[in-house]
Amino acid sequence: MEPVLTRNVGREGSQTLEVYRATGGYQPLARALKMDPDAVTEEVKSSGLRGRGGAGFPAGVKWSFMPKDGSQPKYLICNADESEPGTFKDRVIMEHDPHMLLEGCLIASYAMGASIAFIYIRGEYVYSARVLERAIAEAYEAGLAGKNILGSGYDCELVLHRGAGAYICGEETALMDSLEGGRGNPRLKPPFPAQAGLYGCPTTINNVETLSCVPHIIERGADWFKGIGPDERNTGPKLYCLSGHIKRPGTYELPMGVPLMELLEESGGGMLFPDRSLKAVIPGGSSVPVLRADECRDLRMDFDSLAKAGTMLGSAAVIVMDETTCMVKAMERLAHFYAHESCGQCTPCREGCGWLEKILGRIEGGEGRIEDLDLLLTVSNNMMGTTICPLSDAAAMPCNSFVSKFRDEFEYHVKNRACLVS
Amino acid sequence: MYGAEFEKQVDQVVARYPEPRGALLPLLHMCQERDGFVSTRAQEWVADRLGLAPAFVHGTLTFYTMFRTEPPGKHVIYMCTTLSCMLRGSDAVVGHLKKRLGVEVGGTSADGLFTLLNAECLGSCDTAPMMQLDDDYYEDLTIERVDAILDALAAGEKPEPGRGPERAYVEE
Repeated sequence: MEPVLTRNVGREGSQTLEVYRATGGYQPLARALKMDPDAVTEEVKSSGLRGRGGAGFPAGVKWSFMPKDGSQPKYLICNADESEPGTFKDRVIMEHDPHMLLEGCLIASYAMGASIAFIYIRGEYVYSARVLERAIAEAYEAGLAGKNILGSGYDCELVLHRGAGAYICGEETALMDSLEGGRGNPRLKPPFPAQAGLYGCPTTINNVETLSCVPHIIERGADWFKGIGPDERNTGPKLYCLSGHIKRPGTYELPMGVPLMELLEESGGGMLFPDRSLKAVIPGGSSVPVLRADECRDLRMDFDSLAKAGTMLGSAAVIVMDETTCMVKAMERLAHFYAHESCGQCTPCREGCGWLEKILGRIEGGEGRIEDLDLLLTVSNNMMGTTICPLSDAAAMPCNSFVSKFRDEFEYHVKNRACLVS
Repeated sequence: MYGAEFEKQVDQVVARYPEPRGALLPLLHMCQERDGFVSTRAQEWVADRLGLAPAFVHGTLTFYTMFRTEPPGKHVIYMCTTLSCMLRGSDAVVGHLKKRLGVEVGGTSADGLFTLLNAECLGSCDTAPMMQLDDDYYEDLTIERVDAILDALAAGEKPEPGRGPERAYVEE
């Protein structure tokens, strides 16, 4: 596939406005500013672009929820809090092609009538933040941001905001609390952010990769975008992250719906150790149900194919585990992550994540009881759908799938007080 | 309390936000960049500047793992041990760091040079195992590479951050 989102990766000076413009950059913005804002939203809606942050909600539909009247300021937030374990794709865009993201933010803001586009970047991405700061300064200097953008009469400020280490702030309502100076405690929906978001004003939150698709859609049209991918519901170019026991880990741009095994073999170069076989794959970041190797065959990497297989595309972060991986230890590590990152607001999540970590810890430590296996399933079932935000589900889904799909290994661990694999 | 130049920067940051409280995280970052941690006095100063209660500032600060309320060692190591790094041997790297620095995770070496901390996924899983050292990512870590990085820092040099020559895998 001809690279779209990664076309400037590796190009000399790709971070600069000069190089971005030399490759046609900011022409889509100029074109969008001459269009009716609703026509921009319609084009994005028609492209079938679905959110790349994890939920897969149609971006244009999300934009159309924003009120049309101007009684309150409206805001766009770009979610650059990339924190889902296994995910490192947005960093590639921000570090190599920051202007593509800024252009996407500006076009989206124009379509929705937003007066400020905030980019909320995770605090640890210090280098990415520096690159973006420079790009924002260049954009202001060139009249591409601020007052009267490209002489259109449209005003939009670009504000980069650094988080400070909290996975939960990737959840859009927690992100807004954080952006308002508070602790990242998710809010109940409704009201949805488009009704009452940042400072109570209409707000739309989109992921970095989602917004980066937008200039290309405006430049080449919704039909071109729709032509990439397996069907009308799963469209466009997609960034996939490969990590774990794979020969060539990295970010790869391929059409939506690429076969998982093709991704692992052709892009990833196969297993890290060719004499070890594939055991399991987490296809969409640590929060989605795990797949056994036999479930990976003939599986396409798109929203609907993975949903049908009982898992999710999520952030398309593919974590590969070979036969030497202890599934108890792997799940314990994930449970620790969620226990650490739960904001503590809802009891099922605060207590549930803590218990999952403790129970898995005692199994891994050789102190497990056979009834712990069902206890893990009971706890995780009680964590599903019972909290304000999806972090609780995000901890429960992997746990449930690890225990259900690798139950023999968990049982072995309890009975023998040792790993099946070592 | 930080001088006119700092206050000018603060004013510029505050002006970017619809309400002053939006500038709380940026101001805490600025204080920490200056002092290495956010003291009680600094928290009170920030609270006063933004019209917030000191307890609110403290409540926000303690929610986020990056903010510190005590001075750390000269260099801070955040070692990632989440799943993708674990699969490439981050536990062995942590074990080596603990031995070399003579500390447990959370501790500061006796010479005051290094504080060793654990990090949750830092978004660099393709170049695992990896660590954040002060502001920079050091990736594709092997035991030899970690030693070279710490040796350079102990000698007062700044080792080149970023990727290693090839993807790493550390045996436990």
